[in-house]
Amino acid sequence: MPVKPARDAYIIGVGMVKYGRYPDKSVVDLATEAVIAALKDANLTMKDIQMVGSGNLSAPIGQAIMRSVGQTGVPVVNVSNACATGSTACREAYFSVASGAFDIAMGIGSEQMGKAGLLGAGRIGAMGDLAYIPEGVMGSQLMPPVFSQWGVDHMRKYGTTFEDFARVAYKNHKNSVHNPYAQYQQEFSMEEIMNARMISWPNTLYMCCPTGDGAGAVIYASADKVRQLGLSSKAVKVAACVLTSDPWSESGNAILDINLCTRLAVKEAYEIAGIGPEDLDAVELHDCFATAELLHYENMGLAPEGEGARYLKEGKFDIGGKTAVNASGGLLSRGHPLGATGACGISEIVWQLRGEAGGRQQPNAKVGLAHVIGLTSACTVNIMVK
Amino acid sequence: MTQASETETKEKQQKPIVNYLKLPDSPDEKPYLWGSRCKACGAAYLGPRLACARCFAVGDFDEIRFGDEGTLKTFTIVHQSAPGIEVPFIAAIVDLPEGTAVRCNLGGIEPDPEKLVPLLGKKVEMYTEKVREDREGNDVIAFKYRPAN
Ligand SMILES: [Zn+2]
Repeated sequence: MPVKPARDAYIIGVGMVKYGRYPDKSVVDLATEAVIAALKDANLTMKDIQMVGSGNLSAPIGQAIMRSVGQTGVPVVNVSNACATGSTACREAYFSVASGAFDIAMGIGSEQMGKAGLLGAGRIGAMGDLAYIPEGVMGSQLMPPVFSQWGVDHMRKYGTTFEDFARVAYKNHKNSVHNPYAQYQQEFSMEEIMNARMISWPNTLYMCCPTGDGAGAVIYASADKVRQLGLSSKAVKVAACVLTSDPWSESGNAILDINLCTRLAVKEAYEIAGIGPEDLDAVELHDCFATAELLHYENMGLAPEGEGARYLKEGKFDIGGKTAVNASGGLLSRGHPLGATGACGISEIVWQLRGEAGGRQQPNAKVGLAHVIGLTSACTVNIMVK
Repeated sequence: MTQASETETKEKQQKPIVNYLKLPDSPDEKPYLWGSRCKACGAAYLGPRLACARCFAVGDFDEIRFGDEGTLKTFTIVHQSAPGIEVPFIAAIVDLPEGTAVRCNLGGIEPDPEKLVPLLGKKVEMYTEKVREDREGNDVIAFKYRPAN
């Protein structure tokens, strides 16, 4: 049952660093830059922050970030929740405020991956005799094959095609040229996307998100604090913040589910917020692979079952369409430094709702949703309203 | 007998890659997948279980011997993998009529989307194959599925 927290919480400051590769910086440096940007956005200092949630998949670095940016002795919670790590850290900060325990809290997401791809995230190199590792001889548990298989499952149900999935990447790369924070700001033709090197059919190289380094930070405050600080014009209300794990399913033994936990999360979030998919102006959803985005149109109710590909083709998810989906360029172009991603999707929606998204602005965006899925499985959905 | 000669004379064994693949001793008996069925709700699982994740019953399971047949839920052709993993291969998920699914490689067919897409939702059958040798020189046996006739 969805639980509405004790009181409302608002986002009063966001910040992120441009995603990319920063061999000369530490991940704490990157997180510090994002924190400083968010503090500047809210016109606050670390002295004002009463609680910190820090998401990083590689290491618990929350306290190291505090040593870098300001040691105030406040509680710091380190979070690891697969690709939903950053958004789960933000949720910790959100609930710190929404529960009434604190008035201002900060969620941080950061990750430094260098060139280590998503391929390294599997179970290769486990202890013991390598001959018994099932990868490659008993299917695959690596992320590109898992998300590709979900795409092909959609093909089985609805006759979706390789081209339909490629169109997701076309849209998102096209959007990315307007996002200075994106790791890659480059448009590709459908031909370039479809003829690129195949990673795991039907996802080619340009249909898979790049990995790299990045960080983002989000500051939450109570309604009273927003008024006290004179930030009402800037503040974005969090209408729902939901985290789910995957419910039981018959295929759950064999493949981690990206659909069920998303469907459960949006259902709860819509109910708590009193908002439906038809109300959404801007959505940042977890397009780690092109196949995933198309499924989420239907998982979120943005398109009827089996109609996602048609809606996409008709431009309903373009900037200026019914609901701009991944106006930022999504993970496909912006990049996906695992722990950072969740905080940055929330930041992007905040900019959209404030009308600060520049060339990628969805006109008159008033209601937005940020979605992340981590294959463990975990799904976060944040609905934000201006 | 010395330690060395003992190793030499030790017979090479066949070992399953996972605990839910059973390789019967008798050559007349076919390998099969083995699992647990919840007595309370009927949920099926591969291998042994302590509790039922569906209905939360604890410790009350029947053994299931899965049949050879399933239907192809989905697949992908993996062209890039981790170091040391041979590509391309067809990774697949097969729905089992007993009420669960398995992750496996698909064999007996080329890794070609045009041939594979028409197989979606169709019958596939289980078979076993030696996939590697372990440190002791035993054959490591995996199960795979292939299009059923
Ligand atoms: Zn049960």
